[in-house]
Amino acid sequence: MGLPSGTFNQSYAQDMAIFRTKTQWIMLLALLAFLFTCPLYLSDRILTVMTIIGITVISVHGLNILTGYCNQISIGHAGFMAVGAYTSGILTAKLGLSFWAALPCAALMAGMVGILFGLPSLKIKGFYLIMATIAAQFIIIWFILQFQNVTGGGNGLAVPRPEIGGFVLKSKGSYFYLVMIIACLATFFAKNLVRTRVGRAFIAIRDNELAAEVMGVNLWAYKLLAFFIGCVFAGVAGSLLVHYVAFATVDQFPFMNSVWYLGMLIVGGMGSTAGAIFGAVSLKLLDELVTIVGPILSAVVAPQAAASLSLIMRGLVIIIFLIFEPRGLAHRWQMVKAYYRLWPFSH
Amino acid sequence: MTFFLQLVISGFALGMVYALVAIGFVIILKCSKAFNIAQGQFVMIGGYLGFTFLVTFHLPVWASLLAAIAVAIIMGLLIERLTLRPLVGQPVLAVIMMTIALATVLDGLATLIWGGEYKTYHGVLPTLTLKIGELSIPSEMLIGLIVSIAVVAILMLFFRYTKSGLAMMATAEDEQVVQSAGIKVTTVYALSWVIACVVGVIGGIILGGVSGVMIPMANVGLKAFAVVLLGGINSIGGAIIAGIILGVLENIAAGYLDPLLPAGGGLASVFPFIVIIIVLIFRPYGLFGLAEIERI
Repeated sequence: MGLPSGTFNQSYAQDMAIFRTKTQWIMLLALLAFLFTCPLYLSDRILTVMTIIGITVISVHGLNILTGYCNQISIGHAGFMAVGAYTSGILTAKLGLSFWAALPCAALMAGMVGILFGLPSLKIKGFYLIMATIAAQFIIIWFILQFQNVTGGGNGLAVPRPEIGGFVLKSKGSYFYLVMIIACLATFFAKNLVRTRVGRAFIAIRDNELAAEVMGVNLWAYKLLAFFIGCVFAGVAGSLLVHYVAFATVDQFPFMNSVWYLGMLIVGGMGSTAGAIFGAVSLKLLDELVTIVGPILSAVVAPQAAASLSLIMRGLVIIIFLIFEPRGLAHRWQMVKAYYRLWPFSH
Repeated sequence: MTFFLQLVISGFALGMVYALVAIGFVIILKCSKAFNIAQGQFVMIGGYLGFTFLVTFHLPVWASLLAAIAVAIIMGLLIERLTLRPLVGQPVLAVIMMTIALATVLDGLATLIWGGEYKTYHGVLPTLTLKIGELSIPSEMLIGLIVSIAVVAILMLFFRYTKSGLAMMATAEDEQVVQSAGIKVTTVYALSWVIACVVGVIGGIILGGVSGVMIPMANVGLKAFAVVLLGGINSIGGAIIAGIILGVLENIAAGYLDPLLPAGGGLASVFPFIVIIIVLIFRPYGLFGLAEIERI
């Protein structure tokens, strides 16, 4: 499946390759070339949207590893992002560390907190785990609000922009490069992780926990590892987000975002790296559409129309995908490719 | 001491409402194995319906209650038919995401219809006063207590003595057997959603009388989850007891610890989640729940 007509795998290396044919390599390079040259000719407005999409992609990759591959459903992902965001925010703003030292700390801290809230996952699953992660979201935000002399509480925390040897990444374009490089690395890591021993263990846990355990997968270690990796991604994304906005508040990490990240996974397709990207990109673009249409609707219908449109639209998108395409856009994309591969002779 | 007793009593009344909301959740869970995250939204919509009928339309209390229940029944039927029916046989996550999406849509609709503003109908409900020694129980809380107990009693009788109630209990036990006995399972599903909606809406009208209505009121649903987990997810009796325990504990914790915390506390809002985590770590199936036994 997926190989162009007339191409066959003749070695293990070919079988394992992600980019198998020259055309695929050319398309990849074209995409990368586009991504890394677009600050030159795109407007700041579009760059902002793309930067936010990049950050979201990083976060959703983490959720995909945790939920899509290891089946540990988390509705607290925004909370884990907040942990990373505030860790790097406090380290840079209060302790004067550089962004480059704070980013790994933020990732590590988010991962640790992820492990902490992942501990119940050893005993429980399904709905129980969802409740534990929802609890994580609210407890984390409450903690941040309580320790206001460190975190700034409800007033927020001003966070410096990162700099490289005196050059501050102030412009939209420079920060765009930073986010895109990390997003590409995250995609590379996420895609390859699931092809390793660890990734296969995650998939085994997803498909049947008991069977996986019987086969020798250490549930305890691998579930916590899944939480760690998933939350490390979240921590990186959270840190990138607050350094981009140059300000950290808890309003950037509402419960609704946690739900929306899971929605992105459903729309994109669970357990597929491409799906995580499809979901993040398409739903963020939809969000943008709502921010454009919302004010118009508010002016025409009623002042609260914009707020309700965003909520209703988000809910409806998830409902429609759950009913009509539970396997998400990634599956649709596969079908399109399969159709195109042998066109016009479909058999 | 008076302060303590006051906290216990208002916690008790609050706990009954939590229990009411939690029961709606447990009924759906038992009958159709769906975890309904949108239960809190039913409460919020109940509060707004109470406002609409009591204040906007100036209906008497009994008529408002009946009208709100009628709306709740229609809402329950529509929700079950349009969103949950297509998902029969799908994994847990799909159903949960569906109810989360439903919660979002209901939030959006409530914002659209009622403007997302803070509404209150304080003083519209009849006033009752009860004094025990120095303690006075606020009128709204007393009404809440009475209505909650009445609704719980009606539900108990319904499950015990009516044909539909027995069918629902049987469906919770074993769907296949029930189907072969000639009971239509889809009807039972629909009925469970209708009951959950009605119970939630009644809880919403009571809570709206106590503290007013606004969109974040739906967070009561999250508290109901703590109740449900504490009581054991498939036990109605457990939900009632856990509701009272949680209501009282939450009130006491907020009353005594909030002044000690920086940033004014707000412990009441996060307390249920601390309970959830503790319960999940130490007793995942709650006080009265049945442990799930798994086989390959």
